[in-house]
Amino acid sequence: MNNRTLIAFIAFLALAFVAPFFLYPIYLIKVLCFALFACAFNLLLGYVGLLSFGHAMFFGGASYFTGHIVKVWGWPTEISILAGTLMAALMGLVAGSIAIRRQGIYFAMVTLALAQMFFFFSLQAPFTGGEDGIQAIPRRPLFGVIDIYNDMNLYFVVLAIFTFGFLVVYRTIHSPFGQVLKAIRENEPRAVSLGYKTDHYKLMAFVLSATLAGLAGATKSIAFQIASLTDVAWQMSGEVVLMTLVGGMGTIFGPVVGAAVIVTMQNYLAGFGEWVLIIQGVIFVIVVLLFRRGIVGELSAWMDRRNRRKEVAQEEIAESDAAVGAKGHSA
Amino acid sequence: MVSRKLLYGLSAIAFMAATSAHAVDVKIGVLNDQSGLYSDLTGMGSVWAARKAVEDFGAADKGINVEIVFADHQNKPDVGSTVARQWYDQDGVDAIFDVPTSSVALAINELTRDRNKVFISSGAATSDLTGSACSPNTVHWTYDTWSLANGTGRAIVETGGKSWFFITADYAFGHALERDTSAVVEEFGGEVVGTVRHPFPGSDFSSFLLQAQSSGAQIIGLANAGGDTVNTVKQASEFGIVQSGQNLAALLMFITDVHAIGLNDAQGLIFTEAWYWDANDTNREFSEAFSADNRGNKPSMVQAGVYSSVIHYLKAVEELGSADDGAAVVAKMKELPTDDKLFGQGEVRQDGRKIHDMYLFEVKSPDESSGAWDYYNLRATIPAAEAFRPLNEGGCSLVN
Amino acid sequence: MFELIGVPPQMLFGQLTLGLVNGAFYAVLSLGLAVIFGLLNVINFTHGAQYMMGAFIAYILLTVLGIPFWGSLLLAPILVGIVGIAIERTMLRKLYHLDHLYGLLLTFGLALVIEGLFRNQYGVSGQPYASPLPGGYNLGFMFLPKYRGFVVLASLVVCLGTWFVIERTKLGSYLRAAVERPDLVQAFGVNVPLMITLTYGFGVALAGFAGVLAAPIYQVSPMMGANLIIVVFAVVVIGGMGSILGAIITGYMLGIIEGLTRVFYPEASSTVIFVIMAIVLLIRPQGLFGTAK
Repeated sequence: MNNRTLIAFIAFLALAFVAPFFLYPIYLIKVLCFALFACAFNLLLGYVGLLSFGHAMFFGGASYFTGHIVKVWGWPTEISILAGTLMAALMGLVAGSIAIRRQGIYFAMVTLALAQMFFFFSLQAPFTGGEDGIQAIPRRPLFGVIDIYNDMNLYFVVLAIFTFGFLVVYRTIHSPFGQVLKAIRENEPRAVSLGYKTDHYKLMAFVLSATLAGLAGATKSIAFQIASLTDVAWQMSGEVVLMTLVGGMGTIFGPVVGAAVIVTMQNYLAGFGEWVLIIQGVIFVIVVLLFRRGIVGELSAWMDRRNRRKEVAQEEIAESDAAVGAKGHSA
Repeated sequence: MVSRKLLYGLSAIAFMAATSAHAVDVKIGVLNDQSGLYSDLTGMGSVWAARKAVEDFGAADKGINVEIVFADHQNKPDVGSTVARQWYDQDGVDAIFDVPTSSVALAINELTRDRNKVFISSGAATSDLTGSACSPNTVHWTYDTWSLANGTGRAIVETGGKSWFFITADYAFGHALERDTSAVVEEFGGEVVGTVRHPFPGSDFSSFLLQAQSSGAQIIGLANAGGDTVNTVKQASEFGIVQSGQNLAALLMFITDVHAIGLNDAQGLIFTEAWYWDANDTNREFSEAFSADNRGNKPSMVQAGVYSSVIHYLKAVEELGSADDGAAVVAKMKELPTDDKLFGQGEVRQDGRKIHDMYLFEVKSPDESSGAWDYYNLRATIPAAEAFRPLNEGGCSLVN
Repeated sequence: MFELIGVPPQMLFGQLTLGLVNGAFYAVLSLGLAVIFGLLNVINFTHGAQYMMGAFIAYILLTVLGIPFWGSLLLAPILVGIVGIAIERTMLRKLYHLDHLYGLLLTFGLALVIEGLFRNQYGVSGQPYASPLPGGYNLGFMFLPKYRGFVVLASLVVCLGTWFVIERTKLGSYLRAAVERPDLVQAFGVNVPLMITLTYGFGVALAGFAGVLAAPIYQVSPMMGANLIIVVFAVVVIGGMGSILGAIITGYMLGIIEGLTRVFYPEASSTVIFVIMAIVLLIRPQGLFGTAK
């Protein structure tokens, strides 16, 4: 990790360790689940440039499967989360191999169509409980020893899961594989001409993104003891786009910040009724029009500018060279 | 005799002194739909009713400090249970009221049992709350699918509507309503000739109506709610369903729905409700105060139910001197007879079912109506003893 | 009479007729989307909200000013169009040089705002709007309300009129040219930005028009467009994005297919369109009537 990211990550962990002693753990768990979901989504939108409008199917699908496995089959918690996540991976493979054959708006539309079909499946399949969802999913001890009925314990378990997912995303982005993804985002034909089978890369990224979205959904269903149609509805797919966009797509921390902002808003503005919708919409509009880089993106751009200005200033002091002006312009 | 009275008086004074020293703190949460399909018939109107009940009960004079909070569950079980969890774990809420939408109510039901708090549902429909899902912490107040089916279904079969076709909202609540109504129809000698399930929520019901029409059934039973019912009724009128000899039975209908449809299309509909604002002077007086604060609307039966249930809840809390043990409060509520100005006298049964009269109403024609909100004629009163599912038939584990 | 796979023919014809009525709405709405996408390359997510606005404006015109349906049919689309023009001038315009996705995201946010505002003001129960053409015709196999018949007619006229203007007139040829080479058309002295603004206004006005048509059939409610918009998207994608004729034909066709589904498997009626969309995209990604670019 570069310095700034490392510092930010350590600060985040420190904050995450202290937070539950001041804030309601369940609210924090919700932030973490959505943060992981948004990170998974960002991997696709921010680093491969693919806008999926159907990611809810992986999030919600895993949440249904995990809930069913825990509640009805009585499997241990950790294995159920794993199974739900694998299911999402499988769905990702199927959906991905259909969707990556298309680009841009069409890609978004295919994913939307597939997600709508999955929504229909969730509404009709007997095990999902229709409108009621799967309720009262038990929180059985993790590995048979960690009592996750206790919210505080659960919080740290979720934090561990989130950190794992976050690091997977980070590793992926900074691996050679991630470099190829970025190359595809910037210029796919050129990546093809360099001999990369871009479809393979896109599919792998899609499956990985689906898997992590599934991990988030599976964790959410255990933490909130419910899996419902909300998790698979198209509005959920829209929400994760909003989170990523607000936080800053293509930045490693952006989705986390975005998820925190949106979940906090929904949580603490719930009393304002429809105003939540309106405020969300206004934020959407403002971000798209004025802050396309999102919170984290704008922040790091600002820090870059400041650093560069500082450098420039120092250089000016050191040597009153004409080259400085040119460098200043390039910033 | 005299000494006994004196003793009562003394103990009452002592009690009051004791309570004013340790005032009882109660926090009530009204959880309902503040923005969606059911916000007009529950929503802020229910919050108003809860406040009014606290005021009329004179809680402050009796040494009970009541605080009311409210939230929007958006008709989603996950949103509802998240709010309820936070209320119970974090904010010290003792009891949750209202909760329309069956799926949300079932989720709150489980959570409330787990946390040993109190859940009193006025808005939810599913009769499972006092059946297979019944809980020592839950009271179901205003109505349920069984009582609607029983009231409307029976009345219609007995007046000759023997063959039925159902248009059902394709989710748990619709299925429950259809199930309960079919049972009543068949019990009283009618038959169900067909059923069609529509996606929820739907907007175009014409093709379902067409299927109902070609089935030749005398009665088209609408096992849906809110906007879905409103649309079905309007479209039925458009397609001349009633003129061609079939009748509609709206199984769950609220006065706000009738208001939305308008009398032209709604006239002649028959359905069951627990309360009507224009039934007597007390109700009218209550409704006038309600109207003044709620954009001129009249209260629905659900909102009236919230008022009535909060009064009874506070009574039990007063009697116990504490709201901490949810199961104990509900047990006390079952022990005390209910009595309030809107629902009169009644009781809360062992399975958590509140028992009172139900009413069969018929929607007035535009000529009969004197204006906005003057909508119902009373067709029949269903006495409390017959209005709800018999205690031993629900499969509730609390009944032995 | 013979039966078709257990379905009496009058029921089948009835459902097909109803499908045609629904298709009329799909056609007008998807036409508006196609016009906007074709010329602006914007996926107008606000379309559903603008459809809802059309219905509400008709309702407000009736209740506040006493203007009847027929007046609204003309006035409401114009008003909705003006709002659209304001949106294009102040916001959408700034995004043309960016990826299409930003247009989609902006209009998605605007849809949330508009729907939220109406919900705040009117609640969600829905407001009644009396049919301007009560009564109906007995077609033998079904009772067709006059008004629904009128909807099909009105939508056909508007759709064909739009198609004619864009494909067969000089103005239309300017428009089409501006899509291909805005710089060249500009150089010929045509005010391209104004043309784009007016086109967006027109596309949005079509949504408003559909909204007014819908008012007497469905309730006038703030959420009436939110669920419809996803379906209409699918229609546009199936027809081929930006293809005017494609949007119109697909709109009617899918209405009819949906009607058939309601006979054979009603629960799936809200999903069948998405199944078709996925299939079409896989076999013919440019859509049924689109041309590969």
